[in-house]
Amino acid sequence: MATTLAKAADGTRSATHAARIEHVSKSFAGPAGQQLVLDDISLDVAPGEFVTLLGASGCGKSTLLNLVAGLDKPTAGGITTDGRPALMFQEHALFPWLTAGKNIELALKLRGTPKNERRERAEELLELVRLGGAHGKRVHELSGGMRQRVALARALAQESRLLLMDEPFAALDAITRDVLHDELTRIWRETGLSVLFVTHNVREAVRLAQRVVLLSSRPGRVARQWTVDIPHPRRIEDTAVAELSVEITEQLRGEIRRHGQH
Amino acid sequence: MASTDTTPKDAGDLAGLEAGLDALETVQTTRKPLRQTLTQKVLPPVVAVALVLAVWQSLITFEVVDDPTKLPAPADVWAVLEKAWLQGELLGYIWTSVSRGLLGFCLALLIATPLGLLLARVKLIRAAIGPVLSGLQSLPSVAWVPPAVIWLGLNNQMMYAVILLGAVPSIANGLLSGVDQVPPLFQRAGRTLGATGLKGTWHITLPAALPGYVAGLKQGWAFSWRSLMAAEIIASFPDLGVGLGQLLENGRNASDMAMVFEAILLILTVGIAIDLLIFSPLERRVLRTRGLLVKS
Repeated sequence: MATTLAKAADGTRSATHAARIEHVSKSFAGPAGQQLVLDDISLDVAPGEFVTLLGASGCGKSTLLNLVAGLDKPTAGGITTDGRPALMFQEHALFPWLTAGKNIELALKLRGTPKNERRERAEELLELVRLGGAHGKRVHELSGGMRQRVALARALAQESRLLLMDEPFAALDAITRDVLHDELTRIWRETGLSVLFVTHNVREAVRLAQRVVLLSSRPGRVARQWTVDIPHPRRIEDTAVAELSVEITEQLRGEIRRHGQH
Repeated sequence: MASTDTTPKDAGDLAGLEAGLDALETVQTTRKPLRQTLTQKVLPPVVAVALVLAVWQSLITFEVVDDPTKLPAPADVWAVLEKAWLQGELLGYIWTSVSRGLLGFCLALLIATPLGLLLARVKLIRAAIGPVLSGLQSLPSVAWVPPAVIWLGLNNQMMYAVILLGAVPSIANGLLSGVDQVPPLFQRAGRTLGATGLKGTWHITLPAALPGYVAGLKQGWAFSWRSLMAAEIIASFPDLGVGLGQLLENGRNASDMAMVFEAILLILTVGIAIDLLIFSPLERRVLRTRGLLVKS
C-alpha cells in the first residue's frame, strides 16, 4: 500500500496552503432581491490539514464548498487552490452505468492516466478503502457504506492535494458512519491530504478535525474557530471529544437562537 | 461490540468490522429458477392465445358466424399460411416488409440521434422545434402517405419517407427526455472529475440518458412498423414486391378473408417478434446493469 500513498502525495510542492479563501462573499437572486449567503469569509487550509466547517442549515457551508470546488463563482473575493480539488457528496454520485472499478478508472482517464496503468491503479485504490475484489461490482450491488468508500476511492483517484467533503456520511447509519470515520482518519494520515469537511454534526467535526470552523447562519460568517489537539486514535465517545463538543454546541445554539429574536 | 480503536494493533480489528458490515448489508440477488419463469412469464400469454383460438373456433363450430367471407375458420387461415410457406412465398412477404422496416428504422436512428442531442443542447432550437416534434408524435403517420406519394411517387423512397416521419420524432423525443432526466448530481460529479464540454457529453450525459434513449428506440420501432404497414396498404403497387401490407390489400381485393387474416396475424407476429428479440432484451440489459429493473 506504500506505493499507492507515495503516488497520492507525490510532488509535495512548497505551497503554503492547500486552499486560500480571501474575503469571499456570495449572494443569490432570491424572491426579496439579492440574498447574501456568505459574507466576507476568509479561511486558509494548510497542506495536510484537516478542517471541518460546521454550521446550522442556511449557513452556506455547501455553497462555500461548491465555490472552492470551482462549481460556482464567488460574488466578491477570491479563492485559490493547489490544483483542482476532489469533491465528495452526501450522495455517493457513482455512475450506475459503470462498475465500481470503472468509476475509478473514469476518474483516472479524465485526469490523463495512461490506459495500461488504470486498471492496476484502480485496484490499488480499492485496496486502500478495503474493497479489494469489488472492481466488477455494480453500484446497486454495494451497501451504502461501500458506495461511499468507492466514492472516496474515486475522489482519491484524482490525485488532488485537497479533498472536499460535503456531509459525506450524513445518510449512513451510526455504526457504518463510525467505521468510516476511522477509515477516513487512517487514509488522511497515510496520504497527507488536506481535507475540508462540511458537516452539521458537532461530534463528527470534533472526532475528525484538527481545526473546527463554526459558521454563523444567514449570512454565513466565520463565527469562531477551535484547534482540536486531542490525540489520535479518537473515539466519538471519548471524554475529551464530548467536552469540546459541548462547548461548540453551546456556541452553535447561541448562533441559532439569534435568528429567533426579532 | 468490541473495542475498535485504530491503533496499529487494532487495525485488523477495523478491517474485520468493516468486512462484517459489508457482508451484512450486501443484498444477495439470485436469478429466478427456470420453472418459475416458465409458469409466471411464459404460461399466461400462451393460455391467453389458446383461449382466443378456442373462442374463434367455437364461433365457427356453433355457427354463430357461418359466413366464411366474414370470418374464416382457424384451419382455413392455417391452410393459407401453409400454402404460402410451401410455395416459398411466406418468407418473401416477411422479408420484404422487415428489411424495409429495419432499414427505415436505422435511417431514422441516424437522423434522430444528432437531432435529439441538438435539441437537448441548444435552447433556441428546442424552443423553436421542440413543440412541433412532440406534436408530430400524435399525428398518425398514415396521414403522411398521400403527400409522400405525390412528392416521391409509388416507390421505396416513399415508404422510407413515411417511416422517417413516424419514427424520427419518437426517437429524438426519447433521447431528449433521457437527457432531461439526467440527475444534476451526475453532471456536478462529472465536472469535478474534469468531464466538461464534449467529454462531459460523451462520458456522463449520453450514458446517463441511455434508458430514455432505449425507450425512445422501442417506441420508434413500433412507429416505424405501423407507418410502413400504412404505406404498404395504401400505396400497394405490384412492382414494389409484396410485403405484408400489400398482402393484406391483395386479400381485400380478392375478398379472401383467410388471406386478410393471414396478413394481420403476420403483421402482429413480426412486430411483436422484433420487439421481443431486439428491443426488450436491450432495454432489460440497460436497466438491469443500473439496478433499475423492478423484480416482479
